Amino acid sequence: MSSTLSENQAPETGTARVKRGMAEQLKGGVIMDVVTPEQAKIAEDAGAVAVMALERVPADIRKDGGVARMSDPDMIEGIIEAVSIPVMAKSRIGHFVEAQVLQSLGVDYIDESEVLTPADEVNHSDKWSFTTPFVCGATNLGEALRRIAEGAAMIRSKGEAGTGNVVEAVRHLRQIKNEIARLRGFDNHELYAAAKELRAPYELVKEVAGLGRLPVVLFSAGGVATPADAALMRQLGAEGVFVGSGIFKSGDPAKRAAAIVKATTFYDDPKIIADASRNLGEAMVGINCDTLPETERYANRGW
Amino acid sequence: MSDLVIGVLALQGDVREHLVALAAAGAVARPVRRPEELAGVDGLVLPGGESTTISKLAVLFGLMEPLRARVRTGLPVYGTCAGMILLADKLLDPRSGQETVGGIDMIVRRNAFGRQNESFEAAVDVGGVGGGPVHGVFIRAPWVESVGAGAEVIAEHDGHIVAVRQGNALATAFHPELTGDHRVHGLFADMARGYRTAGSL
Repeated sequence: MSSTLSENQAPETGTARVKRGMAEQLKGGVIMDVVTPEQAKIAEDAGAVAVMALERVPADIRKDGGVARMSDPDMIEGIIEAVSIPVMAKSRIGHFVEAQVLQSLGVDYIDESEVLTPADEVNHSDKWSFTTPFVCGATNLGEALRRIAEGAAMIRSKGEAGTGNVVEAVRHLRQIKNEIARLRGFDNHELYAAAKELRAPYELVKEVAGLGRLPVVLFSAGGVATPADAALMRQLGAEGVFVGSGIFKSGDPAKRAAAIVKATTFYDDPKIIADASRNLGEAMVGINCDTLPETERYANRGW
Repeated sequence: MSDLVIGVLALQGDVREHLVALAAAGAVARPVRRPEELAGVDGLVLPGGESTTISKLAVLFGLMEPLRARVRTGLPVYGTCAGMILLADKLLDPRSGQETVGGIDMIVRRNAFGRQNESFEAAVDVGGVGGGPVHGVFIRAPWVESVGAGAEVIAEHDGHIVAVRQGNALATAFHPELTGDHRVHGLFADMARGYRTAGSL
């Protein structure tokens, strides 16, 4: 990323810098799942920095069962038309043709997502071969670095989407944070063994040890249902928050969306979080993650 | 003389990168989220981010009016991308109800260079910044449709205006904070130093 440009050189698109830089612009913000143009407008009016266009929110994907796939292009285009903020959309893990389709539709970010049914149980998509940047989920540092090695320009936790339960996202962020802190104390000899243990490229491991953070933006995703949930994730080190079912499965989506935006910006100010939490109506019901059978845990998808 | 203090509006966006760039340019950089935090700064950066989100939060948390008041009385301000949009006196295509801080007599078109797939890097010559072209990182970037008599165009790309200065206000459609080249932040720090010196005379 240290290349210099000469004046006569043609402008370059799809570089690592513009892909990662795009995510930098989303920091401190909330990205909301929406299934219709109307919901997308509600999200934008509430102060969302981006929307994730999908056919069903994760809570409904859980309920309906079956194979979950990329959304209908018409539906995605309808949402792109409706708002001026960036629009993201999900492809199945390893389904690089869905990703090609999403790129051709002009989405601003592709989420190679465990919420959809994986198309490949060994390989993720080669994300370097796309102009559109990718965000990928990770439960730990090794997984995050493998995704970055494949070209992911942004990482998010893999909290159990559609449960309204933040416990798994907390686990992932703490895990990533602790593993980075551990690397900080390693000398050069130890970093080689750490790379082997993390099953990640040595260069990336060394970079993280030097930076004390991932080389790309880290967001929280999965299970955020309240303003306090969002602020918790930020205090644990997430640079922003994805909210899926938590908004449009609640009693008053517009109000809850605006409240989560406020709490994400003022995540360290309990008074503002308290004010944002008042009279929001019903939160989504939620599922206890320890009663979820292993086969229904999305975090196990991805390798 | 005491330290030069430059704030970064920290409601949303690439705040950390600006804090790093300002520190490299010799300023004490601090985030600004509340009206009272605005009082102690000699200059303010409006970072990249989502302009609709930042403007909404600024109104909601009582920052918009104090911001306008300080910019009106000459506080040096520098906006990148979304920050450029916020410094525009007029937007060509505002979202309904989208407010700006204003300060530069220009009309800005949001996302003018296109969506993320069209985001690009290119070398840009910037007036007032010596040492060769700046590495311009344009992300869903705006451009300036036109400027009024008081505003000076200091950079263009592909026939479009991408950097403007008017008095103590500076705006670029691109993101020097993402490059590690801190010359534009250096120019802004000089503007803030000049303002502080003039104020103390």
